[in-house]
Amino acid sequence: MTAAREAVLARIREALGDGVPPPTVPRDYVTRGSSSPDVVVARFVERVEEAGAGVLRADDTAMTVAAVLAQHGASRVVVAPDLAVDLRPAGVHLVEDGELAPRVLDALDGAVTTCAVACADTGSIALDGGPGQGRRAITLVPDLHVCIVRADQIVETVPEFLDRLERPARDGRPIVIVSGPSATSDLGFERVEGVHGPRRLVVVLVGGDAP
Amino acid sequence: MSAAARDAPRLPFEQSARAALEDATMRANVLRATTTIRARRAAAVADTPDWPELRAAGEALRQRALLRLDELLVRLEAAVTAAGGVVHWARDAAEANALVVGLVSATGERSVVKVKSLTTDEIGLNDALAAAGIEPIETDLAERIVQLAGERPSHLLVPSLHRGRPEIAELLREALDEPGLADDAVSLLAAARRHLRDAFLRARVAVSGANFAVAETGTVGVVESEGNGRMCTTLPETLVTVMGIEKVVEEWDDLGVLLQLLPRSATGERMNPYTSLWTGVSPGDGPRAFHLVLVDAGRTRVLADPDGRPALRCIRCSACVNVCPVYRQTGGHAYDTVYAGPIGAILQPQLSGERGTAASLPYASSLCGACADVCPVGIDIPRILVHERAKVVKAARPGLEGRALRMLGRAFSTSERYERAQRTARALQRPAVRDDRLRWFPGPLAGWGRSRTLPGVAPQTFREWWEARDRGA
Repeated sequence: MTAAREAVLARIREALGDGVPPPTVPRDYVTRGSSSPDVVVARFVERVEEAGAGVLRADDTAMTVAAVLAQHGASRVVVAPDLAVDLRPAGVHLVEDGELAPRVLDALDGAVTTCAVACADTGSIALDGGPGQGRRAITLVPDLHVCIVRADQIVETVPEFLDRLERPARDGRPIVIVSGPSATSDLGFERVEGVHGPRRLVVVLVGGDAP
Repeated sequence: MSAAARDAPRLPFEQSARAALEDATMRANVLRATTTIRARRAAAVADTPDWPELRAAGEALRQRALLRLDELLVRLEAAVTAAGGVVHWARDAAEANALVVGLVSATGERSVVKVKSLTTDEIGLNDALAAAGIEPIETDLAERIVQLAGERPSHLLVPSLHRGRPEIAELLREALDEPGLADDAVSLLAAARRHLRDAFLRARVAVSGANFAVAETGTVGVVESEGNGRMCTTLPETLVTVMGIEKVVEEWDDLGVLLQLLPRSATGERMNPYTSLWTGVSPGDGPRAFHLVLVDAGRTRVLADPDGRPALRCIRCSACVNVCPVYRQTGGHAYDTVYAGPIGAILQPQLSGERGTAASLPYASSLCGACADVCPVGIDIPRILVHERAKVVKAARPGLEGRALRMLGRAFSTSERYERAQRTARALQRPAVRDDRLRWFPGPLAGWGRSRTLPGVAPQTFREWWEARDRGA
């Protein structure tokens, strides 16, 4: 469709014939947070909970993850092949992902992953397929997502959060930003949780001082 | 969309609106939902101390993208191609539909899962797919509801906004053949999940829209809540994304602005549950084939009018719709466009030309300005409404009033014509004048004159008197 391409580009150039110069973008909004690490972590916890997810602080990550899984009755759980050994919970059947078909994932109880970066202002976590995070499908199809977040991965503002994701995007890695469990506003704009994505999201927070 | 809805007569807004105002249930649903979201948006904005600065950045980055559109689309194309995607271009709706139908047909699949996309609603893609024997399965809850009901969307963000929860429950009970389904939200969502899960798991082709695409990285983004967007952009082998050419932004940093403006303006959340960002294809994760279809379909027409151009900055948050006192009374169907509400009233006439129903939309406003106050990218909607009204008037064949004013204009153009007009009027008015006042009016003015009088043209004007006096002296 080269003809269409040339036609559309020609129309655009003709439409912009008035030659108005493009504006520069004023970036006077808050691009860097100014709060102390304790405040940032506390805000992250508060906003993740507001978004409808659970947060548990962990001394021993693998043990806390195991407790969360037990609490949710999850016995068969998918993990990325490169999830660090010291993060793997004992006492559950761990299935290592290797291009598992969607139907196979659908039969599993949950997924345990790490994340790339987290954002305090919005209570969001981002996954970019880095170590321990796996393919996007493993945190999508099973009904429970347990996400391990290190306190030093939490940034304060959305612009800082996206700064950390620019490199992976440029490397062509797919990114998913998660803020709470699957929800909808389609029933009269009231937020109701639990549609197609995991209906339960639990953040296991490692490091940082307890409030 | 059902044949009945599609073939409905295209009435001007003021007539469709009159019919909509009779529907008390619909009006109550719309009023309740928009009242809820207004409060949520206002709270989210109040909670964002740098909102004015974010808005200024949002306005500028969207305007910049429009003014560099040719350059940015070429950069986007290069970046997407380098990342393993394929970029297609479409001049109009028919070309875009033919492209998508061709891409889906090439996979051999007879059904596609769809992420809610206003652009595909606008170009009528579902009808085109169905005509080619391909079943489009909408997966956004509200979009699925209007699809099952055979209705048109009535709201940018929540296409089924005109329906209340009990009506939705009734519809799903029948459409999903689950007579025991309860009315509560949790049961309805569980039913939607059951109903669509199998479609997601077996889907091999998905069609999505795009909220934005970043030219410098080739990254495309979909912002959503339910997880249906993630399902569609992650599980199938082939992903076809249909995007209006105006959705491109220049740089990665622009996302840090849009991802704050959009969710807060749309659903009043600090961040929506899921945002998917993908760059071409990525081996071992997600679709193996990615097609990006760039659609003009009237956008360059909007771009060519410097006064109407800012309408293309729109990020489809629907904040203007939810505060509009006209939309809040009539709901979306009266607008007869997928872009109902204030933004549609300036966008649709520009996209399709100021003709038919579209020509009536710029009048679907009291020009109160609430829309401009809430727009996260600073679109001065009332200003463009007035601009569009002027275009409609200019394009229209002059009516009786226009012809009368034009005659009056000619009569006032020279003193000779003016005096001749006075003499003619004096002769013509004779049967209607009693005691120097006009007491009867012809044709369409008869009703007005039933209880009113006007001074007639004087038997002698000042100038006539002056000349007569000179001659007499």
